Amino acid sequence: MGWAIAIHGGAGDIPLSLPPEKRLPREAGLRRCLEVGIAALKARNHPLDVVELVVRELENHPNFNAGKGSVLTTSGTVEMEASIMDGKTMKCGAVSGVSTVVNAISLARLVMEKTPHIYLAFDGAEAFAREQGLETVEMSHFITPENIERLKQAQEADRVQIDYTQPIQKETPKDAAVADGDSQIGTVGCVAVDNEGNLATATSTGGLVNKMVGRIGDTPVIGAGTYANHLCAVSATGRGEAIIRGTVARDVAAVMEFKGISLKEAAAYVIDRVPPGTAGLITVSSTGEITMPFNTTGMFRACATEDGYSEIAIWDSPSK
Amino acid sequence: MGGWAIAVHGGAGVDPNLPKERQEEAKRLLTRCLDIGISALRSNLPAIDVVELVVRELETDPLFNSGRGSALTENGTVEMEASIMDGPKRRCGAVSGLTTVKNPVSLARLVMDKTPHSYLAFAGAEEFARKQGVELVDNGYFITEDNVGMLKLAKEANSILFDYRVPTLGTCGVGAALESPILMNGLPISVYAPETVGCVVVDREGRCAAATSTGGLMNKMNGRIGDSPLIGSGTYACDLVGVSCTGEGEAIIRSTLAREVAAVMEYKGLNLHEAVDYVIKYRLDEGKAGLIAVSKKGEVACGFNTTGMFRGCATEDGFMEVGVW
Repeated sequence: MGWAIAIHGGAGDIPLSLPPEKRLPREAGLRRCLEVGIAALKARNHPLDVVELVVRELENHPNFNAGKGSVLTTSGTVEMEASIMDGKTMKCGAVSGVSTVVNAISLARLVMEKTPHIYLAFDGAEAFAREQGLETVEMSHFITPENIERLKQAQEADRVQIDYTQPIQKETPKDAAVADGDSQIGTVGCVAVDNEGNLATATSTGGLVNKMVGRIGDTPVIGAGTYANHLCAVSATGRGEAIIRGTVARDVAAVMEFKGISLKEAAAYVIDRVPPGTAGLITVSSTGEITMPFNTTGMFRACATEDGYSEIAIWDSPSK
Repeated sequence: MGGWAIAVHGGAGVDPNLPKERQEEAKRLLTRCLDIGISALRSNLPAIDVVELVVRELETDPLFNSGRGSALTENGTVEMEASIMDGPKRRCGAVSGLTTVKNPVSLARLVMDKTPHSYLAFAGAEEFARKQGVELVDNGYFITEDNVGMLKLAKEANSILFDYRVPTLGTCGVGAALESPILMNGLPISVYAPETVGCVVVDREGRCAAATSTGGLMNKMNGRIGDSPLIGSGTYACDLVGVSCTGEGEAIIRSTLAREVAAVMEYKGLNLHEAVDYVIKYRLDEGKAGLIAVSKKGEVACGFNTTGMFRGCATEDGFMEVGVW
């Protein structure tokens, strides 16, 4: 059977004409993070450790919308959120409103393991991070010039923008769902299974460009952006509000179980049922299968299995 | 369609030795809230308006753990959360970390109706509340003497109290809890269910809605979010069903309990009662929780694996029941 791992750097309206200076660093980032995950799995680390490790790498990478490189709220601040879940024990942890913690995903893990709770947010989460001795920095550490620019454009256009890879088009976008600036991208995630069928998932994000202060998306909501049980591990990305309403991550596992269909069919089924252009997800099953469907133009993603297969992609690919 | 139906709850997990007077008080409140909902349904108010109306009533009354009468955080303050969901298009709204908003469920409704988002929390939510001009009060308004006393006991026991009136193993008082602490999430906390409140409604048009509101766990960490504001966990509504849950928040989240009821109906074809029984029996493991649910056909059901759940339900054909056990 063997181990399997998939990672994503966000689904959205990624234009096919994405210039190399925007595309190459992200592909390189995906490649490096995938390698980190593969090495960890080969070294027989538990999938929970693997997904946390990989998402930490993605958070540290400034070109993805998580950790450093997070998009900005309407006040120009950073409010990050993340969640993690262990498929076997169904233990989970989540954080929101994190502004100084270098790796939100690690804070989510600590909530899971060191508190009687699942979810901590804002001041309470920050205080807990300090108690636990996690690395914290000035909020400016996370803010990149690109994101300052994106916020400026979004505010000029008076829109909440989910797609952070491209400047806001002045003309009206053709997709009605995009009319208010919501082309969907952002969020990073990782799902992994080891050769004993242990599953884990982790997701992390800065949220939406120009979001209201205090806005929480799907990423920290267990069952929406993140979910794992004995069947599969899922990490979703896209338009948070649609993913919450569609309980996307939970539904993949539910559909597999209740309809008795395969991982691939279940994931496709769930993606089909959210509005076009709003979501993508990565998922692995306990038997080492991988599928990464999306109904957006593209999704930054990569995956690998123990038998040597690996893939890095942005737009449609044969094995989608 | 099968006519309207409504259910309300005031928390799962009740002390078998709860004084009769408290039981009667709770039943009176549940009856009053049911009556409010029933009047609204008879005037053809849509389900989404009815659930908000009823939960506002529950929040305003200090008896249960929501709005006024909320459980206290470790710092002795109140942090409230709520969510609401409208079945037909699965629109939803949620709030967490509220400290001055008199009716959290109404702010959740405003998030759903007036923002491009689904969930606002803490300072951002309070700022939104200010801008919307909703009724704001001092944090002290929500704090009752009873709960100040309970927090003290909880700290002495160094545990998280779900409900001070629920002893473990059928014996009386917090003392028993100290002698035989039950583990939750691997850490020693007493197993008591909080008196979260909720309401589910299906109106004459077959539209389902659900809403849940709470102050959370006694002695919780500041910033702790439970299941009540999480769509799919504490609250869920779609074309088929409306669900509101109460009990051990962490167990409800892990099992995405509210969504589970709808999922087994949708994907396994179970009817409402079968779905509720299945979910309570098989999805909670050692977790303690309860839920109320209505279906678009006008059915109502509740289920719980705790020693009791404060609840009431009624259907258009005249059925009405308020209960604790």
